[in-house]
Amino acid sequence: MIPELGHYALVLALALGLIQSVVPIVGAHKHDDALMRLASSTALMQFGFVALSFAALVICYVTSDFSVATVFENSHSMMPLVYKFSSVWGNHEGSMLLWVLILSVFGAGVATFGGNLPAALKARVLAVQSWIACAFYLFILLTSNPFLRLPRAPFEGRDLNPILQDPGLAIHPPLLYLGYVGFSIAFSFAIAALIEGRIDAAWARWVRPWALAAWMCLTLGIAMGSYWAYYTLGWGGFWFWDPVENASLMPWLAGTALLHSAVVMEKRDALKIWTILLAIVTFSLSLIGTFLVRSGVLTSVHSFANDPTRGVFILAILVAFIGGGLTLFAWRAPALKQGGLFAPISREGALVINNLFLTTACLTVLIGTLYPLALEAWNGEKISVGAPFFNLTFGPLFIALMFAMPFGPLLAWKRGDLLGVAQRLMAAFGIALVAVAAAFAGESGASVLAPFGVGLAFFVMAGALIDLAERTGLFRVPLATVIKRATGLPRSTWGTGVAHFGLAVSMLGIIGAATWGTERIVALKPAQIVSLSGYELSFDGLMQRPGPNYTSLVATFTVRSGGVPIGTMTPSKRTFTSRAMTTNEAALMTRGTGQLYLSLGDTNSDGSIAIRLYYKPLVMLIWLGAVVMMMGGALSLSDRRLRVGAPKPGKKPAAKPALQAAE
Amino acid sequence: MNRKQRRLTMIGASLGVLAIAAALVLSALRDSIVFFNSPTDVAEKHLAPGTRIRIGGLVKEGSVQRGDDLRIKFDVTDGKSDIAVRYQGIVPDLFREGQGVVAEGKLEGGKTLVADTVLAKHDERYMPKEVVDALKKAGRWQEGASK
Repeated sequence: MIPELGHYALVLALALGLIQSVVPIVGAHKHDDALMRLASSTALMQFGFVALSFAALVICYVTSDFSVATVFENSHSMMPLVYKFSSVWGNHEGSMLLWVLILSVFGAGVATFGGNLPAALKARVLAVQSWIACAFYLFILLTSNPFLRLPRAPFEGRDLNPILQDPGLAIHPPLLYLGYVGFSIAFSFAIAALIEGRIDAAWARWVRPWALAAWMCLTLGIAMGSYWAYYTLGWGGFWFWDPVENASLMPWLAGTALLHSAVVMEKRDALKIWTILLAIVTFSLSLIGTFLVRSGVLTSVHSFANDPTRGVFILAILVAFIGGGLTLFAWRAPALKQGGLFAPISREGALVINNLFLTTACLTVLIGTLYPLALEAWNGEKISVGAPFFNLTFGPLFIALMFAMPFGPLLAWKRGDLLGVAQRLMAAFGIALVAVAAAFAGESGASVLAPFGVGLAFFVMAGALIDLAERTGLFRVPLATVIKRATGLPRSTWGTGVAHFGLAVSMLGIIGAATWGTERIVALKPAQIVSLSGYELSFDGLMQRPGPNYTSLVATFTVRSGGVPIGTMTPSKRTFTSRAMTTNEAALMTRGTGQLYLSLGDTNSDGSIAIRLYYKPLVMLIWLGAVVMMMGGALSLSDRRLRVGAPKPGKKPAAKPALQAAE
Repeated sequence: MNRKQRRLTMIGASLGVLAIAAALVLSALRDSIVFFNSPTDVAEKHLAPGTRIRIGGLVKEGSVQRGDDLRIKFDVTDGKSDIAVRYQGIVPDLFREGQGVVAEGKLEGGKTLVADTVLAKHDERYMPKEVVDALKKAGRWQEGASK
C-alpha cells in the first residue's frame, strides 16, 4: 500500500509538473495574472507530492519492506536505523528520487520567497523549472521506479554496499545534490530571461542568493565527499581526480565563476550575456555530472548499476536541456542590451580574469574527464588520465588565479590603479616572502615548489585581511570608528574576504598533506613498535568484535609522543557476511591541524598484520578551509541587499524604507 | 577606451589564456596519460621495457606468492595470456585469486609489471570495466557468469 502511494504521488507530481510547464508561460505571454499565479500553487503542490513520495520510500526502507525491489537489493533488517534511512539514496532509484525532491524544494522556494519578482519572470522561471522536473519524473517513472514490487517478498535483504554504510552517506549526497540542483534555479532564470528577451542588473540580484546557496552546499558537499574518501578508502588520499569527483568539481568551478560575474552584472550592469551563458553552462555541467555518474559510462563506487536504457534517457535529457539552452542563447542573446563600459584594469577587469581562469580550468577538467571516453569510443584505445595530467593543466591555471585574487577586491570599479593596489599589497608580499623562507627552512629540501605554494597561500590570506583592514580603516583611525565601519560594511564584502581566506587555508592544507606527509607500510606482530614523525605506536593486539551486520577485526595501538602515551588508535576491518565483503575503518588521531592515520591490511600466516601509517601535517586545513569558504558564502547570503530585492522599475522608491524596516 | 578596443583587449586576453591552457593540455596528454593493455596486448605488442602501462584481468588461481616486507607476486590473466606482476605494499581488501584486478606500473623485461598501484573492484557485484573488456577481447567472458 505505502509503495503504491509513493508511486502514485510521483505520478501526480508529474501531472502537476506538466501543467506548470505550459500554463504559466501562456499566462506570461497573455499577461493573464491568474494563469501566472497558478505556477506558485503547482510548485508548492509538486513539492508536497514529491515529499510524500519520498516519505513513502523512507517508510519502506525503515520498516524493511523487502517486497519492494530496491529495498531488497539495498537494505538489511539488521542494519542500524541511520543506514536504513540513508540507504534510501544509496542506490540509483532512490538517489534520483532525492534529486527530484531537492528540485521541487527549490521550485517551492522560488514560489515562496520570490514575492519581489515581477510576475511574468516568476511564472516563466517556475515553468522552466518544471520542464526540468518533468524530465526527471519521467526518467524515474519509466526507467528507475524505486517502488517496483517483487512478486514474492524475500525474507531478508541483500544489504547496502558496505562501503556506503557510513555516516558520510547521510550527509554527502544530499549536500551535493543541493548544490547540483540548486544551480537549476540559475538555469531557469537564464532561460526565462532569454524567453523574455530582457535582462537587467536586478536579474543578477535575484539569481545570486540561489546560486550562492547552491554554491555553499556544493562546496561543503565536495569537502565532505573528500573527507569520506580520505578516511574510508584506507590510503589517506583526499582527492583522486576520479571522473566522478571531477563531475562535482566542474559545476563548482563554473558556479564560482557565475557568482563573480553576477556581481559585475548586479553592480555595473555589465557582462550580462556572459552571466546568462555561465548560468546555462553551470547547470549543464551538473547534468553532465549526473549523466557521468548515473549512466554507467564510468565504473566507480558511485555507479550503482549499469543499465543502458537509463544512460540513453539521461543523455536525451542532457541533449535537450544543454542543446536547447545553448540554442536559445545563440538565438536570443544578441538581442540583449549591452552593458556598462570598464577599463581592463578595474574591479570588473579582475572579475573577468577570475572568470577566464575559472572557466579555462573547468575546461581542462572537462577535457581530462571526457577525453578517455572519447578516445575509447573513437578507436577502442583505453587510457587513464590521472593526477599528473590535472597537476600539469589545472594546477598552473589555478595558481595564476590565486595570484590575481588579492588584487581584485582592492581595485576600484570602472578604472583601477594597479600600481596603487600593488603598493597596498606590499605587506602581503612581505608576509608571503617570510612564509616562503620559513617553509624552506622548515622542510629542509623536501620540495622546491611547495614553499612557494605556502607563500602564495599566505599572500592570499594576507590580501584578504588587508582588504578588510583597508575598508574598516584598521590601524589608521580610532578603534571605535573601525568597529563602526566594520559593522557598516556590507556583509557581502565580509563574505568575499572570508571565502578568499578559506580557499587559501584549503590550499595550505593540500600542500602540507601532499608534500610533507610521511608514511610507513609494514607488517607488525603484537608488541612490536613502529615510529613515524616523532610518534611511536606499539601494537597491543588484535581482537574480534561483533557488529550489527558485520564482524570486525580490531587492532589496538598505543600512541606515544616523546615517550609519553597520548592515546590509543583502533583501526579495524569489517567483514560483512551478507555480501562477503570487507571494509577498512581507518583510525585517525588529530594533532593540531595534522593527523595520524592508521589502517589495516592483510593478516599474514605468521601472525603479523600489515599496516599503513601516515602522518599528514596540515591535512585538516583542507576541509576547514572549505567550511570557512562556506561561511563566507553564508555571510554574503545574509547581505541585506539580496533579501530586500532590487528596486523595480516604475515603482516609487518611497515604498522601500518601510520594507527594509520590516526585515 | 571605446567599446571596440575594450572588446579586443578581452578577446585577446581570453585567447591568451586559452592558448596557454591548450599548450598545457597537449603537453600533459603527451606525457602523463597511461595506456591500458590486456595481458594479451602486452604479449603481442612488444612494448619497450620501462613503459608505464595499466593492465587488467583476473588474478590467476594459485599464482599469488607473498614474500617479506609486504612483497607480493601474482599473475594476471585474461585466459589467453598471463603477465607477472610484482608489487610491494598492501593489496586492496577485495584482492583475491580468481578475481578481477587492475595494476599500474612500469614494464620490466618482456613480461613482468613492477606495479606501484593495485586496484581491485569496489563491490562484489561488479567487475572493473577494463577487466570485463580484456576478458571479452580474449573471448573468455561469459555474460552473467560473474554475478
